[in-house]
Amino acid sequence: MASARGISGGSRSAFWAVFLTPALWMMLFFVVPLSVIWAYSFGRTLGLTEVVVTGTLANYVRVFDPVYLMIFAKSLVFAGVTTAICLIIGFPYALVMTFASARAKILLLLAIMLPFWTNLLVRTYALMAVMRTEGWINDGFGLVGLGPFEMLHTNFAVITGLVYVHLPFIVLPLFSTLDRLDRSLIEASLDLGAGHLRTIFQVVIPIVWPGILSAVLLCFIPALGSYLTPDLLGGPDSQMIASVIERQFKRANDWPFGAALSFMLMYLTLAAMAWRALAERRAAGKEAH
Amino acid sequence: MALFGKKRESGPLDYAGRWSLRLWVAGVMLFLYLPLASLILFSFNDSRRTIRWEGFTFDWYGKLANDDALISAFTNSLTIAAISTLFSVVLGAMSAIALWRFRFPGKGLFDGMITLPIVVPEICMGVAMLVFFGTIMPWPRDLVWPLDLGAIAIAHITFSFPFVTVVVRARLASFNREMEEAARDLGAGELRALWDVLLPHVRPALISGALLAFTLSLDDFVITFFTAGPNTVTFPVKIYSMVRFSVTPEVNAASTVLMAITVAMTLLGMKLQGADIARSEAP
Repeated sequence: MASARGISGGSRSAFWAVFLTPALWMMLFFVVPLSVIWAYSFGRTLGLTEVVVTGTLANYVRVFDPVYLMIFAKSLVFAGVTTAICLIIGFPYALVMTFASARAKILLLLAIMLPFWTNLLVRTYALMAVMRTEGWINDGFGLVGLGPFEMLHTNFAVITGLVYVHLPFIVLPLFSTLDRLDRSLIEASLDLGAGHLRTIFQVVIPIVWPGILSAVLLCFIPALGSYLTPDLLGGPDSQMIASVIERQFKRANDWPFGAALSFMLMYLTLAAMAWRALAERRAAGKEAH
Repeated sequence: MALFGKKRESGPLDYAGRWSLRLWVAGVMLFLYLPLASLILFSFNDSRRTIRWEGFTFDWYGKLANDDALISAFTNSLTIAAISTLFSVVLGAMSAIALWRFRFPGKGLFDGMITLPIVVPEICMGVAMLVFFGTIMPWPRDLVWPLDLGAIAIAHITFSFPFVTVVVRARLASFNREMEEAARDLGAGELRALWDVLLPHVRPALISGALLAFTLSLDDFVITFFTAGPNTVTFPVKIYSMVRFSVTPEVNAASTVLMAITVAMTLLGMKLQGADIARSEAP
């Protein structure tokens, strides 16, 4: 029952009733603001908050200044290291979750979700309190005659904070892939004499590889754009892209340059998403064979 | 509970029963919960310098109750979260139905537009909102409460409702269209059938979507940080300014309150949702 305008599945009035409001909302409050930022990235400042869009590429050229390239590189490294650590910590956890009894499974799931539901600021603050020089980690070191170590406001603190915050992002998708794994394959490998570690590395990991890749990106993408964690836990040399963007908009008042940086971050994010979609499609194609 | 069972037969696939892996899980738990536990513990500590345990006290909570700025920030946060949840559920349900039910030109575009706020980095959305409410659509500064919170509420609705869309859409996939056709055959109009047949089916998704929207709104710092004015401070923004200043037991107490609310909301939501699914699936 396709109508003239190509709307099918129900009456036209019902379609407009459910479609129009969310579409307009998204246009006005999402597409328009982002488009403005995008336009500003091709402009230059006039006075305090006035920007003229001149079509210049100067802001993008400035992004490739070594100072900012370094910050981009550092953000990629921070997000990469965070993801690697999350994967190492999270994989065994997800494995236990997969093979646990139904009741334990729910408890383990709840245990990983509860911090996830807790306010990001609260979690970051909790880490600050633990890691500062007078915190009890240093108290513990003091008992055995070590330290105190300067932990807060270092790159170490930033990575710890990023791992702390992003662990659920990797455990949940890992669990959902491992849960779908055909267990008879593991049994076969064990029966044929391979040890547990060998089975995991040569049987389990190759099979769930697309799922691991997808989980890795789900962790990497939000880690890359982190603002609060490096801001509160980091020192002057642990700035990530988001901190630089914030400075352009709030303190330096260079909106066009901040806009160009925002869009570079956005392009990186979208590239990662596209890669993930591609990997998933390829995995689905493989399964279909 | 199998996880800590004492002695049982261990099969080859019993990874949950291997002590090395159990130790690993215990380590992860310590990492996740020790900082939070110490935060809660020291909110009851009778000392300004939060290093050593000096005795139990409720003083810091009493201080919170008398801190007008904090209370008003808290009221703002709850108000914004309530408004945002209401709008998010309605907009999310509408867009989910549009995407599930209809084929229309530009559907892929609409789908992408709805999904994008979930993946766009918070900071990008934050600066976009800052510029939008700064230049394109300036939000009047001197409105009476709660209208002055409008800009923040709009920002929250915009990043929350796509999550509701995802949740509702997943639930819609399990809807039996024949039920709706039966209602139509029995004389119900299209909207009436939507209301009486479809809506009860998606109610659990609406509840969990609402819960998600509420938590997302209560949680958000980055986007609010860019939309908030000097008179429209939310709880996380207020805590942020306190945290920048110093680590004090008041901040511990405020954080504990916020944590308790989130946990209570989550558990309540899970319970409601469980009861609702049980009811709708009972014969």
